[in-house]
Amino acid sequence: MPESSDFIVDLQQVTFTRGERTIFNNVDIRIPRGKITGIMGPSGCGKTTLLRLIGAQLRPDSGAILVNGQNIPQLGREELFAARQHMGMLFQSGALFTDLNVFENVAFPLRVHTQLPEDMIRDIVLLKLQAVGLRGATQLMPDELSGGMKRRVALARAIALDPELMMYDEPFVGQDPISMGVLVRLIRLLNDALGLTSIVVSHDLAETASIADYLYVVGDGQVLGHGEPDELMNSDNPRIRQFMQGEPDGPVPFHFPATDYVDELLQKERKA
Amino acid sequence: MSILANRVTLLGRSGLNLVAAIGRSGIFLYQALAGRSNFGNPFGLLLKQLYAVGVLSLAIITVSGVFIGMVLALQGYNILKDYGSEQAVGQMVALTLLRELGPVVTALLFAGRAGSALTAEIGLMKATEQLSSLEMIGVDPLKYVVAPRLWAGFISMPLLSLIFCVVGIWGGAMVAVDWLGIYSGSYWSNMQNSVLFSADVLNGMIKSLVFAVVVTWIAVFQGYDCEPTSEGISRATTRTVVYASLAVLGLDFILTALMF
Amino acid sequence: MRTRKLELTVGLFILAGLLALLILALRVSGLTLTTSGDTYTVYAHFDNVSGLTARSKVTMAGVTIGQVKRITFDKNRYTGLVEMSINSDVDTLPADSTASIVTAGLLGEKYIGISVGGDELVLADGDEILDTQSALVLEELIGRFLLNTVSKDD
Repeated sequence: MPESSDFIVDLQQVTFTRGERTIFNNVDIRIPRGKITGIMGPSGCGKTTLLRLIGAQLRPDSGAILVNGQNIPQLGREELFAARQHMGMLFQSGALFTDLNVFENVAFPLRVHTQLPEDMIRDIVLLKLQAVGLRGATQLMPDELSGGMKRRVALARAIALDPELMMYDEPFVGQDPISMGVLVRLIRLLNDALGLTSIVVSHDLAETASIADYLYVVGDGQVLGHGEPDELMNSDNPRIRQFMQGEPDGPVPFHFPATDYVDELLQKERKA
Repeated sequence: MSILANRVTLLGRSGLNLVAAIGRSGIFLYQALAGRSNFGNPFGLLLKQLYAVGVLSLAIITVSGVFIGMVLALQGYNILKDYGSEQAVGQMVALTLLRELGPVVTALLFAGRAGSALTAEIGLMKATEQLSSLEMIGVDPLKYVVAPRLWAGFISMPLLSLIFCVVGIWGGAMVAVDWLGIYSGSYWSNMQNSVLFSADVLNGMIKSLVFAVVVTWIAVFQGYDCEPTSEGISRATTRTVVYASLAVLGLDFILTALMF
Repeated sequence: MRTRKLELTVGLFILAGLLALLILALRVSGLTLTTSGDTYTVYAHFDNVSGLTARSKVTMAGVTIGQVKRITFDKNRYTGLVEMSINSDVDTLPADSTASIVTAGLLGEKYIGISVGGDELVLADGDEILDTQSALVLEELIGRFLLNTVSKDD
């Protein structure tokens, strides 16, 4: 099966609606193994939802989501939790456990999923923290860390069990340039050193384009385009161009759908 | 006509939402309590929650218990005195506490002290994506976060209620015997003659256990089901206290009608 | 070390709860571990049992010697049938003893008081006390008292 070994994640005709809104409409996305894939698109277009679909925290209305050949939405609770041990996810807020210190946060996945002796857990935790440059912070509590450090600790925790697939949810949001640079470097480094597959969901164009091997641009519940970063930069699709160049108005309208401005003003006047 | 139709539609929808929420909370309870956990040491987690839910509620329970016992003795004495049977004050204090006030007041205080804290804590864990994070690590948050809190509530509240009753009876004795000058022998013997272990003490404990299940269930579910924003958490916390209190008072009536 | 402290405090909490249960059992409900000893059953018919309930005490000379087990209505004799269990160490009750329903204080609880008779035969399990005195009904008493005063005036 060359197909399943080339692509670690394969979304086939996935449709997902939340309430009245269609977030995804018959979307096909394939994530190549061993690469960093960027998923980009304007805010609120369902990028985070995509990660939650892959992690099966949400279930699609229709379509298949294959991760390593397993159709994730059809798994039972137990199998699902087993499958998730091969995935790592870095949340926007870091999502560190506030009642545990840095060391215990990173040790957590090891403690719950392995029977390793204490000194081995200690070695692994220090190794992972060393990788993100925070070996000196083991005894700090999460509320003593800066936002960037939190995200790095969360990253160390996410890779504690050596997952095959790492998902990053908006890793660059709200970071100063230095910690942004650190994160960009870390994502690249970890991907290459540990042989991971990474999915980076972001709307930070420059950073994502700089590390991604492959890009998907989503919007309006559809995949607008995909390809290598250079290809997309020079795309003649107006929607992609608007996003890649950062133009305020264009095919993606500046205004939220509304009735005609003049009509609405006049209507109010008439009522008064 | 269309306004009426709208109202009816709205009523129907909120009714359906209510039924759905009850269903969700039932599934939630089942999934949290049934089956085995897939992580190391659930006992350690339970211990931590017993401390947070039980031990930390001790102060408010004992202080309230003493005062309620004292007030009962004082009021009871003033009324019973008119009939010349102030000797029965011990019996009155003990029966009131064991049958009603012990379980009910403990449950209400528990809802305010521990229940709201449970809701806020779980709601905040949801808002900060800690619950999602657990899921992605491959740990079921229902087992890791919810189940120990449920069990801690189930175990703590009957114990707290027992302590409340004892402390209240002791507070009543303090007022009746030491202050109002009732002979301590008749305070205790009147009590012993009228209180039945199987009928009064055990029924009170059954009540307390029922309240424990309901209050903890509501608190934990409200936290787990809340909208993960600061506003959503505050609304959920309010709902916990209101729903839990109403449920306790309503159930108390039903249980009393069944038991006594 | 922190877990140790946690274990200790939680342990103390649970012990305090169990101690409270023990106090409620022994001190408050006066449960003694020997009361559930052997008993034998004696019956009595009363014309009026109002106020008497199951678990009311049965006394002799002011000492509790048993309790009321069950009260039923005897439809053949139109009376209340009281079933009481007497502690088996009190096995010398004469067969012609009297059972009366008495009240503790003016408004207090009702219980059965047994006054001793003179027969040589003693009550055994399943026997009936034939000589009974019914509950005192306050309204009847007051009514009779008023009637007496009225008739005296005549």
